[in-house]
Amino acid sequence: MLLTITATATPEASATDLGFLLHKHPDKVQEFEQSFGTAHVFYPEATRDRCTAALLLEVDTQALLRARTSVSTPDFALARYVNDRPFASSSLFTVALGKVFRSAMRGSCPSRPELARTPLPLELHLPAVPCRAGAEKARALFEPLGWRVTAEPVPLDPGLPGWGDSHHLSLTLTGEQVLSEALSHLYVLLPAMDAGKHYWTDRSEIDKLLRAGGAAGTGEEGAEGDAEEGARPGWLARHPERAWITRRYLDRRDGHVRTALARLSEVLGEDGTGDDPAAEEAEEAEERGPSLAEQRAGAVLAVLRAERVSSVIDLGCGSGRLLARLAEEPGLERVTGVDVDTVALERAHRRVCRGCEGGPGRHRPLLAGASGRRGGPSGPELLVGSVVHRDRRFEGHDAAVLMEVVEHIDPSRLPAMAESVFGLARPRVVVVTTPNAEYNVHYEGLADGSLRHSDHRFEWTRPEFTLWADSVARRYGYGVRHLPVGDERPGTGAPTQMGVFTR
Amino acid sequence: MSATEAAPAAAPPVLGVPEMGLVVLVGVSGSGKSTFAAKHFRPTEVVSSDRCRGMVSDDENDQGASADAFSLLHTIVDIRLRRGLLAVVDATNVQSRARQELVRIAKDNDVLATAVVLDVPESLALERNRTRPDRDFGDHVVRRQRRDLRQGIKRLRKEGFRKVYVLRGPEQIDAAVVERERAWPDRTELTGPFDIIGDVHGCRAELEELLGELGYTLTRDGRGRAVGARHPEGRTAVFVGDLVDRGPDSPGVLRLAMGMVRDGDALCVPGNHENKLVRALKGAQVRTTHGLAETLEQLERESDEFRAEVLEFCDGLVSHLLLDGGKLVVAHAGLKEAYHGRASGRVRSFALYGDTTGETDEYGLPVRLPWAREYRGKAAVVYGHTPTLRAEWLNNTLCLDTGCVFGGKLSALRYPEREVVEVKAHRTWYEPARPLAEPAAPEDGRPEALVDIEDVGLGAAGAGLHVETRYGHVHADAGSCLAALAVTSRFSVDPRWLLYLPPTMAPAPTSAEPGLLEHPNEALAAYRGAGIGQVVCQEKHMGSRAVAVLCRDEEAAGRRFVPGELGTVYTRTGRPFFSDPVLGAEVVGRLRAAVTEAGLWDRLGTDWIALDGEMLPWSAKARTLIRDQYASVGAAARAALPAAGRALAAAAARGLDTDALAARTARRADQVEEFSRVYRRYSWDTDGAAGLRYAPFAVLATEGREYTDADHLWHMGIAEQLAETGGMVRGTRYLAVDATDPDACASAVAWWRDLVSAGGEGMVVKPVLGARAEGAKGLAQPGLKVRGPDYLRIVYGPDYTDPERLEVLKQRNTGRKAGLAMREHKLGLEALARHARREPLWRVHEAVFAVLALESEPVDPRL
Repeated sequence: MLLTITATATPEASATDLGFLLHKHPDKVQEFEQSFGTAHVFYPEATRDRCTAALLLEVDTQALLRARTSVSTPDFALARYVNDRPFASSSLFTVALGKVFRSAMRGSCPSRPELARTPLPLELHLPAVPCRAGAEKARALFEPLGWRVTAEPVPLDPGLPGWGDSHHLSLTLTGEQVLSEALSHLYVLLPAMDAGKHYWTDRSEIDKLLRAGGAAGTGEEGAEGDAEEGARPGWLARHPERAWITRRYLDRRDGHVRTALARLSEVLGEDGTGDDPAAEEAEEAEERGPSLAEQRAGAVLAVLRAERVSSVIDLGCGSGRLLARLAEEPGLERVTGVDVDTVALERAHRRVCRGCEGGPGRHRPLLAGASGRRGGPSGPELLVGSVVHRDRRFEGHDAAVLMEVVEHIDPSRLPAMAESVFGLARPRVVVVTTPNAEYNVHYEGLADGSLRHSDHRFEWTRPEFTLWADSVARRYGYGVRHLPVGDERPGTGAPTQMGVFTR
Repeated sequence: MSATEAAPAAAPPVLGVPEMGLVVLVGVSGSGKSTFAAKHFRPTEVVSSDRCRGMVSDDENDQGASADAFSLLHTIVDIRLRRGLLAVVDATNVQSRARQELVRIAKDNDVLATAVVLDVPESLALERNRTRPDRDFGDHVVRRQRRDLRQGIKRLRKEGFRKVYVLRGPEQIDAAVVERERAWPDRTELTGPFDIIGDVHGCRAELEELLGELGYTLTRDGRGRAVGARHPEGRTAVFVGDLVDRGPDSPGVLRLAMGMVRDGDALCVPGNHENKLVRALKGAQVRTTHGLAETLEQLERESDEFRAEVLEFCDGLVSHLLLDGGKLVVAHAGLKEAYHGRASGRVRSFALYGDTTGETDEYGLPVRLPWAREYRGKAAVVYGHTPTLRAEWLNNTLCLDTGCVFGGKLSALRYPEREVVEVKAHRTWYEPARPLAEPAAPEDGRPEALVDIEDVGLGAAGAGLHVETRYGHVHADAGSCLAALAVTSRFSVDPRWLLYLPPTMAPAPTSAEPGLLEHPNEALAAYRGAGIGQVVCQEKHMGSRAVAVLCRDEEAAGRRFVPGELGTVYTRTGRPFFSDPVLGAEVVGRLRAAVTEAGLWDRLGTDWIALDGEMLPWSAKARTLIRDQYASVGAAARAALPAAGRALAAAAARGLDTDALAARTARRADQVEEFSRVYRRYSWDTDGAAGLRYAPFAVLATEGREYTDADHLWHMGIAEQLAETGGMVRGTRYLAVDATDPDACASAVAWWRDLVSAGGEGMVVKPVLGARAEGAKGLAQPGLKVRGPDYLRIVYGPDYTDPERLEVLKQRNTGRKAGLAMREHKLGLEALARHARREPLWRVHEAVFAVLALESEPVDPRL
């Protein structure tokens, strides 16, 4: 809610020239109406040596409540009433910043044109910057831009000793900077650190980002861009964290992020792959060989082929990575995917559906009722369901796959899963994969005894898995064999273990 | 029952047509089928091929659309029959092929097919067609149809029509009268009360004793043989079949049962043993195993006349009975819902022998499919056939064969009381081929653990949940059920523990007091207005809602909940309260100790207890929430507001006018301090179970009963007893108030002011009479919360007391929340009632799950 900008005098200019640059007179208190409150600009000090301008945004919580923004309709029901927006430097604040100091951000200053292009000794202070990525990240964002950074975590609550710090930072930036650039740094980096915009991120945000990042020459805007071609690329294009910033500023919207990064690469004259983190990752992956997830799917497929199964139900299919490969299998007459997460199932639908209506790439929403519905005649059938419930729709399949599913089920619910799958659906073949806990010692950064995923309820050692698998097989009249998946290491075995149940 | 060639004579032909079943009209074009159908049946009952043709082609005479039209016709017929309705097919149906498809659909739906042939002279049909401009086909068509018809009439019975009526000529057709006939099993008009008696198998002495226990007075003939029995209150006995074989006196049992049926004192369905006896008495070659030899030998000593009576009696028994408005079904081997009230070989076979696989087990006995485990019907099904150790309800079904002839017991069910009455066998009359089994369902005798996806309103049919409660119907839509499923399937405790989820609570109506949103006056007035004078005000603890189910020992847990455990504590969304199972077990242990020390096991006559209460501190469960949603707001404000204040002060020192802004900023800072004080107060450090406090405010249930009818002073008394043990249980302060006494109301307001000014959250006002208290408009809200003005800062934001904010908040509609609270309350009461009645898991879970569904933000069911 508060930003102070302090300028100190230089041999050429008085500190109070800050007023010219900001287009705000130091001896006035000014108000600017905003959509969600009122911005006030005033000068706590204004001497020749030192001049401080303050931008104070008074958020109108009632207006925010009326607006049904993403702040007012979050997951947590009460967050529409109780949130840090009135106090923190959020997107509400940067919108106000952009409006109140619009001319200053553009670098326009008819009365002191030279000054507007000259780096000045500045100190910016923001008392409460939401930044869950921490003080380190704040330094990594501002230091490459030439700022000296003081980022102090704000203590959570003096009344709750031992609870540590909050995710807010008291941020002070000092350095010699052109004022317009300094403001554009805040305009881009504050929302990136906060990652909780109060408005919908549409495509126009890409242009806003690139403009503020100094790479205004946008491919689509043509002529204007050409004029600036050859000039030094903007600060964002040169920023080592530009991928992180772009992603967060654009609210993790993948399509927008790719477009923005491609355009930043153009500005740098790159061919678009050289410094693209995604491409790097893909290259690296190729060197490493197939990922564990791919090997797992491959192993499951190999088992299904060896067992000559004619139909498969993928229980806990998630977003359908295995399902997509099963759909390609020539020998399978019927493929069904089941998940309890409707969002994941919708993704699976897009992945396996070859176009519902009106040609490829067009998908009608999964008409679920509760049941989910066929992903079109050509795709696997998708069902909303849960393996801890009895479900007639599970019946009639030759094989069932539980790939990385059991470890997401509370141990107390495993018997219900076993009854539903082995006792009632009773496919001829059941393939179960689950992490091998013994292998965890090979994962750097995984503390002793901790699990690979936050939703894992347990991870079994090989003997633990065998014990469970044997008892299930005995109870329901199956035979079981165990296979490793992934690189086997002496002593610990492979990262994934697989049990193949047949009857 | 035979093909009726309706006599051409004077009396008008009477056509018996089943209320539920298929009627196929057969006749050439122009024979008057549509006129006949319109005269005798409702328009919705008639499925016409012409109309179907019109629906699929816009032209009722487009013969090119016939294939699609008949596909539609068959679909409609199939659906109507499945739904237990009558379907009258108005099409020529002169070809055998066309009729066979219809007969197949009737068979698939286990209903009878009736053919009505309209046979008119060719000349008449031709003339009628000529007068209809839309029928421009040639005369040869009618001639061909007539030829087909003449050939087909003789074959109709063979094709599978149980009744065939042939009406010859227009006079007979016009004179015909249609009479609706009920299906034989349909005795829904009989409402009992009934005493349903299990498999007797010739154990006459035990049967006489049981009838005596049930209160019947026996009548005897001159030789002292029991030939009848009557209940002084007019109750009706119902025999589930297998009266005969294996036991010492099958003729004696028959004599008594036949006499009771004859006198109207009993009903009887056949068992497989009667079925076989009929065949033997008719002279068929049957193997006289399983005790038939003994029966035949005993019958040898009876008169021919008696044997004839026996044959007539047994041969005339109807496969099963639908009683009490369809709420009760009696069938020897049970009956799945799709077969109730239907008639077919398949239904009869199921009713006599059960759902067998055709395989036999290691004792040479048929393997039976567990139809009862999957039974979800509304009607109670009472049956016998499979000897078990005890008569136990499973999914609203009960097997009464407790193996009397094998030395077990002879059992009866009093209905509608649902009490089992039994007498011991006088001796083992016959050695069983295999030992008596545990009751029908789960092989290991535990309560069934698995809930079907359709039980939670999802799955193939999934259209959400419709829960019938004692106080009316509650609906949760499919989208909400989907959202709730995502939670329960991944996070909730074993559904066997979930006998209840607490409903949300409505706030008191908005206060008239300036500066306040909630005030006791409105809550007291709301109850007073509903005709409820006596209320209790309870201190509202600020913690996390927690239901504790505690078992005295593992036996109780295994019997009623989950084997191998001793209890659980779960949240208001059914999740385990403690993610650490060790801590959870420790808390369960401490709470069990408190129950033991307070002597509640004996006092309440139970070996388990379910409590509803609040677990303190709030931070024990909600630490992350407090940190991220509350304390971090305070942190941001404490960093930003003073900095703003300093900047404004400096500006003021320069002579700038910032007073108003500075004042507002200072007020914000004060409000945030108030706000922070609230959540700090409910946060304290705990070390494992140490530091945790549980404040129960209601006993939900114990073995065999629930306590929604107990008044709150009783509940508070139990809570006090538990708190006095000095363990982790904490008491709840309360005040009984007469809402019609102004002085009492004033003291309630003062009491509330004291609570909230000392930092309390507020209070809850409840009708003294308890959860089931009813007011002028029926069931009352179980409680209204009245929260303190400071506490509400963590609900509506630190600045909610600003006049412009408060003005808006005072417009808030508490009605929606009150409606939701009431629907959830009805579900809560229903869940507890069903659990107390020992209804199957899915029935309890349905009501519990619906609470969660109502609390969930619906997922778009279309995704």
